Amino acid sequence: MHRHFDEELQQLKNDILRMGALAQEAIINSVDALRDRDKAAAQKVIDSDAELDRLELAIDEKCLDLIVLHQPMAGDLRFITTAIKLNAELERIGDLAVDVAQRALSISDKPLLKPLVDIPKLGETAKLMTGAAIEAFIKSDTELAKKVVLSDSEADNLKRGVEKELINDYMMKDGSTADRAVPLLLAARHLERICDHAVTMAEDIIYMVDAKVVRHHPEELK
Amino acid sequence: MPNVDYDVRIKTEGPRPPLVRGPVALNMNSLGEADVFGAEPKISARCVNFYYGSKRALNNISIDFSPRRVTSIIGPSGCGKSTFIRLLNRMHELVPGSRLEGEILLDGMDILSPACDAAELRKRVGMVFQKPNPFPKSIFENIAYGLEVNGFTGRNLIEEKVVDSLKKAALWGEIKDRLKDSALGLSGGQQQRLCIARCLAVSPEVILFDEPCASLDPISTAKIEELILELKKDYTIVIVTHNMQQAARVSDQTAFFLMGDLIETGRTDRIFKAPRDKRTEDYITGRFG
Repeated sequence: MHRHFDEELQQLKNDILRMGALAQEAIINSVDALRDRDKAAAQKVIDSDAELDRLELAIDEKCLDLIVLHQPMAGDLRFITTAIKLNAELERIGDLAVDVAQRALSISDKPLLKPLVDIPKLGETAKLMTGAAIEAFIKSDTELAKKVVLSDSEADNLKRGVEKELINDYMMKDGSTADRAVPLLLAARHLERICDHAVTMAEDIIYMVDAKVVRHHPEELK
Repeated sequence: MPNVDYDVRIKTEGPRPPLVRGPVALNMNSLGEADVFGAEPKISARCVNFYYGSKRALNNISIDFSPRRVTSIIGPSGCGKSTFIRLLNRMHELVPGSRLEGEILLDGMDILSPACDAAELRKRVGMVFQKPNPFPKSIFENIAYGLEVNGFTGRNLIEEKVVDSLKKAALWGEIKDRLKDSALGLSGGQQQRLCIARCLAVSPEVILFDEPCASLDPISTAKIEELILELKKDYTIVIVTHNMQQAARVSDQTAFFLMGDLIETGRTDRIFKAPRDKRTEDYITGRFG
């Protein structure tokens, strides 16, 4: 049976997809701005966050409307509650990309401490994990969602590597590097947090599809 | 909702169990799953088939109703849900040419055996219908009549029981000053609560509701729903409803019927959040048909 409600759910899916695309773009642009010490690019990331904020409010309202007008049940209900959660996670990811852009601004007038290798890798991981989570949502693909959850350790290892290098090889040896090392440390931390949000999204998607709670129950992933 | 997760009693891993044809253990429903609530069932239907003439209306239904719980039966028109609850107090015997196979146990006793008296049974298992059906008598007499027919004597005792039933049915406050007025002058919602009071007067153990709010406005519906939640402290309740939000609001257990089959039963929150059968999902999300 054709349902107009299905069209509205499809529209919601498209909105989350758009939100995900904007968030991924923000991640990549913020890391590029950091690597290239590009003030204009950093400012662009900061400015474009307003669109994510606007979409977040619109999606939130749409979800509440769908609940109040259609009283969804079962799979429809899980889809909408998941959309609400993903919406909040993606908005937060946008904010973290803004944080990275602000770190880029803070060091843009100084020479880079070293050529950045692991931070762009971490940025790429964050972008891929976010993208995979969104794809898992669109396709109701729990296998892909599980991969996102399991790839979190990769992000953690990259962040630890960055910390170790900046602290041991630079700050411990020469305290005057701190003003250039600390923003990089923070940027790595922001990017790793983005990966954590992608993991949360993936866990929510597994609940949406299988009605199985894997949050705080990693053994359920097996 | 109790905080124990009764669903853990049901095996969720692997493919769905096949429908059990033939005898099933007492604590299993016709899907081969353990009953959702732990207590000894108040009513159990075992492998029930029902026929209107040669037409089979119910196929091998096995389900338990736990004491002091509300069970909703949902399903599209013609799925057999009203047919099914009418079996629970042998109302089906009033339908000529109908035939019932299987067992229905009330506290372990077979209600279909010749030893079980239908009038006695209907005292223990009361019924409230879709359309309020008060007698064309006074409010007082509507309740007193059933008591007298059931052998209660003594004005004081009857009065006491009438007042008590009206209070339990949450109607007393509204009509206490006009007990002698005709019951037909009450609103639809009040008439329905009067019918519930009439049913409560003879101290049943189980109350069957067949779409009790179908002809009521939202305020009266809310009152009946509140009443059902109150009554379940003392009674076992089975309610047939077309209104899924109502099933979700009032019941502990939900059973989904389709074309005479019991498709799925389980804790109400689980059925509405994560049904296991695609047909249940399609029905409750409105994709059915």
